[in-house]
Amino acid sequence: MIGSAVLYALGGVALFGMGLYALLAYPNLLRKILGMNVMGTGAFTILIAAAYRGSDAAPDPVPHALVITGIVVSVCATGLALSLAVRIQAVTGAAYLTPDEEDAP
Amino acid sequence: MPKIADQDEVRLTAGRALLLGMSLVLTLTLAAAVLSLPEDQPRLAQVALERLPESGVGNAVTAVLLNFRGYDTLLEVAVLLLAIIGIWSVARTARVWIKRPDTPILRAFVRFVVPLMPIMAGYLLWIGADETGGAFQGGAVLGGMGILWIAAAVWLPQRGGRALLRPLLAIGLLAFLIAATWMLLARGNFFEYPPEQAKDIILIIEGAAMLSIGATLALLFVGGAPQKEESS
Amino acid sequence: MTLQLAFDVVLIVTLVTCAWAALTAPDLLRSVVLFIAFGLLLSFVWVRLQAPDVALAEAAVGSGLTGALLLSTLNVMRQKEAQIAQESTDAARESESEQEVAVAQDS
Repeated sequence: MIGSAVLYALGGVALFGMGLYALLAYPNLLRKILGMNVMGTGAFTILIAAAYRGSDAAPDPVPHALVITGIVVSVCATGLALSLAVRIQAVTGAAYLTPDEEDAP
Repeated sequence: MPKIADQDEVRLTAGRALLLGMSLVLTLTLAAAVLSLPEDQPRLAQVALERLPESGVGNAVTAVLLNFRGYDTLLEVAVLLLAIIGIWSVARTARVWIKRPDTPILRAFVRFVVPLMPIMAGYLLWIGADETGGAFQGGAVLGGMGILWIAAAVWLPQRGGRALLRPLLAIGLLAFLIAATWMLLARGNFFEYPPEQAKDIILIIEGAAMLSIGATLALLFVGGAPQKEESS
Repeated sequence: MTLQLAFDVVLIVTLVTCAWAALTAPDLLRSVVLFIAFGLLLSFVWVRLQAPDVALAEAAVGSGLTGALLLSTLNVMRQKEAQIAQESTDAARESESEQEVAVAQDS
């Protein structure tokens, strides 16, 4: 990678890690979906940084196309996940995942 | 019962500190992997940029999306359709509050902006062949138009509207499949467009895909199968 | 050159801070609004990395549409939560009054 693209790729790695933490640690379903989205954008940032070829050269179009596809797929996944979250809340009455339902007395 | 907005919800507990540590280790590993990526130029970019004249369009990203890697985009349009089918099966009723809001400002804004949006979407589609733009950006504008319509209750997807919505959702995938199969029969390869007609074929597919993408994004916002409007 | 580097560093730090604030804000409405701001910052990053097509898609779809989806869902889930809370207090009040009736009958 070239110049400051490395910095942006490392920023993408940080976003990925933060999103993963939020996805794992927080029980609220909306927060999990936010975490999933931040993870995705981290991966996209790494791809775009890898496609950068300096300010005077044409960047690699293949990762760009992959990321545009990825953005639209991720918004669809988000829409489906939000519908599932609303359904979970309608069925269980809670907008979060409760730990170990069977172990509870 | 904890509320959605709970101060305790994001507090750092012992278990979360462990998870944070584990995420940090993974992040550092990933960072090391990113830093050790090879410096040499990948050949795929050179191939794509060299053969750009054969693709029929001048924008390398559009060429990759619609021509060189048409499979990806075909499957993506299929994923969009699957997402709507999934949402319609999970949620039998619309998630969005279907009430007619009495907001003259919103209505005036919608009346002023909405007629401009199809023009902008069409422009983005046309210019996408050679400059920044394309079916996805145009589709996003159309989706935004649909959301404005729905939010201002100018138009609501109702059960009767499914007859119109279903073909609109499917037309992108259909156009893609028809073009790809036609090329398979005429030229022996899936997605092999003749260079002289490539631009026309790509624009037709993109136009159909743009309509489907716009409809899909607007219906994601509705978040449920179209239903009859509540009279209350 | 150094000005460019300073710009890059400031942009990345703002981006990462904004994402962390969005993920850990106690109020979910604030989370969602910060997430939309994060998406717009991200499209800046992609313009900087010479990916204007991707930046356009991100600003429109990743930030705008996802934000609209999240806001409408949050609204619906909060209404549902208030409804559930109302029902549970109603139920508690009913059982309380039943107990009172039972106590009154016992005495």
